[in-house]
Amino acid sequence: MSLASLSSNLLLVSFIAYLVATLFFGGAVKGAKSESSYKNNRWGKIGIVITIIGFITHLGYFITRWMASGHAPMSNMFEFTTAFGMMLVGAFILLFFLYRTPSLGLFALPIAIIIIGYASMFPTEITPLIPALQSHWLAVHVITTVVGEAILAISAVAGLIYLLKHIDMSKPSKQRFWLEAVIFTLVLVLGFVVSSTTFKLTGYEAHFTYIDKNQAPAKIEYNYPPLFGMNGYEALTPEAMTPWAEMPAVVNAKTLTSFVWSVATGIVLYLLLRLIFRKPIASIFQPFAKKANSQLMDEIGYRSVLIGFPVFTLGALIFAMIWAHEAWSRFWGWDPKEVWALITWLFYAAFLHLRLSKGWEGKKSAWLAVIGFIIIMFNLIAVNLIIAGLHSYA
Amino acid sequence: MSKIKCQCGHDNPFGTVLCEKCGRPMTEEAKKSEVVDMRYEGSARRSQTYKRSIIDKVWNFFSSVKIGVSIIVAVLVTSAIGTLFPQKFYVPVNQDSPAELLAYYERLYGFIGTIYYKLGFYDMYNSWWFKILIGMLGTSIIIASLDRVIPLYKSLKKQRTKRHASFMKRQRIYGEGRSENADSALTKAEEKLKEMKYNVKTEDGAILAEKNRFSRWGPYVNHTGLIIFLFGVLLRGIPGFYVDETMWIREGELRAIPGAPDFYLESNDFKIEYYSKEEASEVFGEALDRVGQIVKKYQTDVTLYKKKEEGLVGSSDLDVVKDYSIIVNKPLKFDGYNVFQMDYRLAELKSMTMQLIEKKTGKSFGQFTIDLDDPEGVYKLNDGAQVDLIGYYADYNGVENGEPVSKSPIPNNPAFIFEMKTPEKPKGEKSFVAIQQTLETEENAYAVKFVGADTRDISGLTIRKDKTLYILLLGGLIFMIGVIQGSYWNHRRIWVQKGENGELMLAAHTNKNWFSLKKEINAVKEYADLPNYEDRQDNESSIEQEEGEK
Ligand code: HEM
Repeated sequence: MSLASLSSNLLLVSFIAYLVATLFFGGAVKGAKSESSYKNNRWGKIGIVITIIGFITHLGYFITRWMASGHAPMSNMFEFTTAFGMMLVGAFILLFFLYRTPSLGLFALPIAIIIIGYASMFPTEITPLIPALQSHWLAVHVITTVVGEAILAISAVAGLIYLLKHIDMSKPSKQRFWLEAVIFTLVLVLGFVVSSTTFKLTGYEAHFTYIDKNQAPAKIEYNYPPLFGMNGYEALTPEAMTPWAEMPAVVNAKTLTSFVWSVATGIVLYLLLRLIFRKPIASIFQPFAKKANSQLMDEIGYRSVLIGFPVFTLGALIFAMIWAHEAWSRFWGWDPKEVWALITWLFYAAFLHLRLSKGWEGKKSAWLAVIGFIIIMFNLIAVNLIIAGLHSYA
Repeated sequence: MSKIKCQCGHDNPFGTVLCEKCGRPMTEEAKKSEVVDMRYEGSARRSQTYKRSIIDKVWNFFSSVKIGVSIIVAVLVTSAIGTLFPQKFYVPVNQDSPAELLAYYERLYGFIGTIYYKLGFYDMYNSWWFKILIGMLGTSIIIASLDRVIPLYKSLKKQRTKRHASFMKRQRIYGEGRSENADSALTKAEEKLKEMKYNVKTEDGAILAEKNRFSRWGPYVNHTGLIIFLFGVLLRGIPGFYVDETMWIREGELRAIPGAPDFYLESNDFKIEYYSKEEASEVFGEALDRVGQIVKKYQTDVTLYKKKEEGLVGSSDLDVVKDYSIIVNKPLKFDGYNVFQMDYRLAELKSMTMQLIEKKTGKSFGQFTIDLDDPEGVYKLNDGAQVDLIGYYADYNGVENGEPVSKSPIPNNPAFIFEMKTPEKPKGEKSFVAIQQTLETEENAYAVKFVGADTRDISGLTIRKDKTLYILLLGGLIFMIGVIQGSYWNHRRIWVQKGENGELMLAAHTNKNWFSLKKEINAVKEYADLPNYEDRQDNESSIEQEEGEK
């Protein structure tokens, strides 16, 4: 078996391990009466052991892929999103050993699973590095940043648990709406995975020529039936569907098409779930959150920001500036990805300051943690896909 | 301002909330509250004390954390708006032409693009109001820190071991109870706390155990780092601290390096390498199949020269300093300067070779080569023929007012006016020759024909010198030390005291992470048999504890 295929098999093993571990954490929470009685629960112990096994195989994937390609596997969307999933599990393990609460695992692992599933929808082959990325700083900067982001993300997991426990899902309210919206977003990611896999299995392809932003001709391949056409498109595969509408040059119609397909699939999934359960989806998860101790979740939410913030600063700002100075001759260039790293940093700085004043614990803090996670995911995913810049090599 | 005297006899500065010495509440508000606010130890802060003059008001404005957070959020939001559309410097049009810029935003983003331009968002980070926001951020950090650090330092230094019961009772974690043997409980507690790395002080039946006080200085250290960083950024405005130039250099060319007096650079070669399938098809083959060519390297081979010490002004008396291959991520470094590989242009025309022929017979008088950087005036050919170059247009762009015009000095589209002289036509014939076209005023007997051309590549290099980098790095380092200090350690204090009737009182405070503090108190409590305590902000845990005991 070549290193590259060993690597993908290890990733698969860890994916399965996370699924199994989630079940055990579920068992731990279900069987327990309260926080103090489930802390040393047998199910929880098995859960964390399986999680650690999954994490080690995941690390194995990372190292073998590094060996196969000769560079840190952090150079495209698939690679850094899977790495983010891995670090998320790592950060969970760290906080589990600080606070020993299975509830955290029950929610952190499924989120890691969704993230890895999402990552696998992007081209997974190993790509050689373009000149700008050929530097040791690639590994140093990106790994530190992703570790920081993963630890920060744990605060959102704790926040979500807090919110699920405390928001009354039986009466309409603003908070109920937004909590359901968060869950809905997760369902949309599933929608992306489902629709993308479906079209991949059917081997759908449609080719076009178009005129790009700088008025030069270019080519593009769709893997979804093209709902939207690129600026001035002409079909090279006439048997494929004709797009409904042509987009202006600044809109990447291919991305828009995948987005609309994912959202549509996600909505269908969501409606199906609503039909089956006949209540807001968030309330399905609620019983699992009820056992968690609120103060503990609040503290985990705060603590993980405290731990993650310095790591993030080091990776996403300091190392980033040093590398940018080596590669692009300036330590800061207001490139969108850089700006969004700064925004993330300012956001968590604001979070830390707010925690110093009274009245910002509990729900408010939990919401902030969730918003922080959204900003991180926006930078990780959307900035690459939507806003073009130096960093959009994915 | 007058001092306020506490019942214990201590004189506190005006504005004190909790007596510096014994901890008794000093204000009506503090006396009423059930759990006292321990931020900054209840010390007197300038912003809470003086509120009259304009200076007081400005001071109070900037020292407020609420205002600080609002400024942070304002910077955050404006930064985000700046990423909506590309910023000016990423737009591929003439940077100094407002009309072209506006047209660009309008063409690509329509009406919203026009508004974006009109509001100045296209150059967000250089706008005066963005700079003012950053200035306010810096001011706020400085003032807020000064407002707090000195009083905090004083009161943490001065704190006494024995506190008044009213202080103990108002702590978030508090418990009291009878004890069989209070003295032995105190000794045991002291022992255990020391084992847990607490600094323990005793005084007259009271213990103060304290840990990680240094973490309280974390925020002040990190703010200092931020200020140093901002100061470094400010310095780059001063000439001499910061050089940022670009140069285009052609293969074979020797040029003075802009911004670096006395240094010269010669480009020997520019090359682009691509990943080939042979080299790594097993690993990268699939990716190369999907996306096509992927660049492996941009490289300019250069020689760096320095003018000789005794070299005359303007002379090119040069010493070789070194040969180097500049690639992306590996700039050429010398004397505080860095030269970066940033851009390139391939195959610019270098010279063109022509021949003179007689149209009728096709007879050639020989070839001549025009160096497009420095076209000569006269080319002598065989059989007494010669060609005079009487007009040269490097970047020919049509005819205006009867004269050919050149768009730029770069030979993108060279055009020439030749005068051809032969023994038969000693007066000469004129001919205008451009790529793909020849114009003659009258029918000529002779013609200049294109034979071939030589090209060369051009490298785009950036030259930087940045004396502020070390200041920035220092700021970053201090910031990191500060955040780590404040985030990875917490300041914890545990007070244990014998009351008047032999009962024991237990109180504790931490600036964050109460769960972890409680874990430690529980260990001491068990070992030394201290009274049960209550966390007044966590009812769930106490209920659970009771449930667990049932
Ligand atoms: C980008 C800007 C800033 C960053 C990154 C930053 C960072 C921090 C950090 C990490 C802490 C420690 C928080 C904790 O331990 O939980 C802190 C504390 C603090 N910051 Fe900032 N800060 C910034 C701007 C400001 C501003 C503008 C103010 C003005 C009001 C301010 C006032 C404070 C205060 C009063 C504290 C608490 C000090 C203490 O507890 O003794 N900061 N800051």
